[in-house]
Amino acid sequence: MNGSPFTLLANNSVSAVMLKVMAALIPGIIAHAWFFGPGIWVSLLLCSALGIGLETLALLMRARPLGPALKDGSVLVTAWLLALSLPTLAPWWLYALGMLFAVVVAKHLYGGFGQNPFNPAMVAYAALIVSFPVYMTQWPAPVGVAPHGVGLGEALDLVFAGQGGISPDAYTAATALDTWKTQIRMGKPVADILALPAFGWGGGRAQELVALMYLFGGLLLLANRVITWHIPVAFLSGLALTASLLHAMNPAQHAGPVLHLLSGGAMLGAFFIATDPVSAASTPRGKLIFAGLAGLITVLIRNFGGYPDGVAFAILLMNVAAPFIDAYTQPRVFGHKPGREDRT
Amino acid sequence: MERQPRKLFHFHGGVRLDEHKAESNASPIRPMPLLARYVVPLRQHIGTPARALVCVGDTVLRGQVIGAAEGYVSTAVHAPTSGRVTAIEPRAVPHPSGLYDLAVVIEADGEDRAVDPRPLDWPHMDPSALRNRIREMGLAGLGGAVFPSYIKLNPGAPREGAGAIHTLILNGAECEPWITCDDRLMRERAGEVLQGARIMAHMLGVRRILVGVETNKPEALAALRQAADEVTEIVAVPARYPGGGGKQLTYTLTGVEVPAGGLSTDVGIQVFNVGTAYGLYRAVVQGEPLVSRIVTVTGHVARPGNYEARIGTCIHDLLAAAGGCLEGANGEIVGGPMMGFELMDRDAPVTKAVNCVIVKSPVLFPPKPEALPCFRCGACAQACPVQLQPFEMYWYSRTRDFGKAQAYKLFDCIECGCCSYVCPSHIPLVDFFRFAKSEIWERERENQAADQARARHEFRTFRLEREKQEKAEKFAKAAAAAKAKAAAGDPADPEAAKKKAILDAALARAAKAKEEMAAAGIAPKNVDNLPPRVEKEIAEIETRRARVPHPGQEDPHD
Ligand code: SF4
Ligand code: SF4
Repeated sequence: MNGSPFTLLANNSVSAVMLKVMAALIPGIIAHAWFFGPGIWVSLLLCSALGIGLETLALLMRARPLGPALKDGSVLVTAWLLALSLPTLAPWWLYALGMLFAVVVAKHLYGGFGQNPFNPAMVAYAALIVSFPVYMTQWPAPVGVAPHGVGLGEALDLVFAGQGGISPDAYTAATALDTWKTQIRMGKPVADILALPAFGWGGGRAQELVALMYLFGGLLLLANRVITWHIPVAFLSGLALTASLLHAMNPAQHAGPVLHLLSGGAMLGAFFIATDPVSAASTPRGKLIFAGLAGLITVLIRNFGGYPDGVAFAILLMNVAAPFIDAYTQPRVFGHKPGREDRT
Repeated sequence: MERQPRKLFHFHGGVRLDEHKAESNASPIRPMPLLARYVVPLRQHIGTPARALVCVGDTVLRGQVIGAAEGYVSTAVHAPTSGRVTAIEPRAVPHPSGLYDLAVVIEADGEDRAVDPRPLDWPHMDPSALRNRIREMGLAGLGGAVFPSYIKLNPGAPREGAGAIHTLILNGAECEPWITCDDRLMRERAGEVLQGARIMAHMLGVRRILVGVETNKPEALAALRQAADEVTEIVAVPARYPGGGGKQLTYTLTGVEVPAGGLSTDVGIQVFNVGTAYGLYRAVVQGEPLVSRIVTVTGHVARPGNYEARIGTCIHDLLAAAGGCLEGANGEIVGGPMMGFELMDRDAPVTKAVNCVIVKSPVLFPPKPEALPCFRCGACAQACPVQLQPFEMYWYSRTRDFGKAQAYKLFDCIECGCCSYVCPSHIPLVDFFRFAKSEIWERERENQAADQARARHEFRTFRLEREKQEKAEKFAKAAAAAKAKAAAGDPADPEAAKKKAILDAALARAAKAKEEMAAAGIAPKNVDNLPPRVEKEIAEIETRRARVPHPGQEDPHD
């Protein structure tokens, strides 16, 4: 069949969408490199190369044509999101395992592009944090805070040749969320905790500015109509509301909304991960429920769970619920009465 | 006269398209020269095809009825010029299927003699007589839907729960790219268009006429405003496809949603295309039946523009009149690029439904890129004017889970093409929806046939059983009577009893044969000579059926 319409929107393709997403990540990446050193370039490049290699391999094994799937660029977005979610300067095999989970398990085992019920990068993140919790918490400290700044050459060494020379203590530090968690457990007063070098004016030191750059990139996505407002707004509102509520109930225990918004994966998650259309809810009301609950769960995991950040688990949990949410939030079709209609 | 600008309503979705109007709307409507041959299909409207009234060899005059309206949803067909009927046979017609359909071929005599025009005294005519005349004049919706106009001009019999018609909307939105026939018509013949609208308003008994025209047609808007009277409001509506869809335009102008599966008359509104209003003016005021229409010829041709073509003009003649296709042309689209279809045969004629012929070239209409998987990006849902979730319908159409596809309101899809247009994976979504709809109809037809067969079978079993019983009872009675007679000493009449038994058996055999005939699908003719009430009922059912959108029949121009 080759019927109407005979014209299609110009310059519109999956790869164009993916390129826009990657372009929107660049401000955050630059901020990351600026504040945390050039290690991020290594992980980005490594994950991208691994992504393309694994995608090719998976396609060959599934006897699928390589061209269209490699051109769509989706594997690069997955690679970048994973690289940005994993600590930089981790050993190469951590990235390799992560990409293996993301591309082969989370994507191709489910049928490839468009079929994955879970966000591939988050599946990989979750698998790694469960298997290698120590590596997953060794984030480089901001430049200037760390006793030792890691240059590009050293970064390559650390990633590929192992951590031989310098001890991780020289260049890593616990993140703000991590610090908060351990210090509160130790019964430290909030004012003392916030005075620690891990914290900046709002979130994690320097991390807060990276978060703002992700926010900026997310606004670019909105302006380019790659995403709609529903998921980021609902995610950040769910997160901020829950944090505020808990904070109001027990300020000595629970951090306020600003720290939650500007630390960890909140901004990246809100604009770039929860918005992954394949695994998210897709109706307008469904997106609000999906992302609102993801924000809520994120704070619950952060405040009550065993892991410092909850974005990945929250999004994965809501991925499970997305099809049901969609089924019950179908928009009213033009000319139909509002209210309950026959469901699928 | 200045008015408060009307508050407009914003329908969901829609897309902005490259207009490509300038190619064809710069020059005035050109009349086509008289041609040697015309091919006039008998099915040019939704409903029952017209019944041929002429035979091969007959001479006809321009405007002479050559096909009579048959049944309720039907309208007449006329000779476009004077000449001789040389064939009545299946010919190529402009239809997406490329199938042939019965047509009257007329060899022109070059004199173009016409039947005497019969202008109508419409303000004083009996409404029903007026409608009948319009039926005989062959009026059908010229926006592309070609629903017989006389039916839509009947103000009576609103459906249950609906009030009287209070508003007439004239659709001059012309939202599809490339098409400019309504634009030129409104610019050049605004007075006649509005005169036609006044006749419509009179027939419908409405006191308010809204004319919706997209803002990209300032000249048409100005011309209409010049010609408007106080009951007619000319409204500029945003140029957003498919803003000219009947239901979308109604919503934009009034904020009223036509109920799903319903008609605009259910909410007291009737919608006509501006071309239909003009055709009505010609029919009623000038007394000329519908023998021509304006067709946009555009795209990769030498002289794009609008042509006043007689119905029956072969499309190759039309293209020739437009200077012929340019080097590199690769096919034609009938209608607009969003909802039109690929022309299969240039011998196909211009019918009442053909508003535009676009000559394609690989530059103007690049080949579509290969489709990638759907990644639920939702662009299609955001673009859908009906607020459907096309990607869900696509998923279930592709996996042939048609029940689910229907649950996602597949049949509310107007096939406007917005979803396919915006899909970054270049999935031909509308093709899938058309496929799913036709599969569902096919299944329904099969189910109906099976149901009918089953019902026939059950009824037959029941009848045979009953007859057996009746016969047994009769026999018992007769035996009892005979016994009584015999008992009464009456001389028995064995002859008569025997005769009766033979007769009974013959009757039973006849009944059985009839049943068998019915079971074999040979229906006894019980649909002839129906009382008018039943005929009306059938007609109503037919209208309802005609409302069910069929591929290529539901049209945004209404
Ligand atoms: S626009 Fe295409 S890719 Fe996006 S959801 Fe719709 S069908 Fe899927
Ligand atoms: S073709 Fe159907 S599903 Fe697609 S946008 Fe139009 S109405 Fe919606």
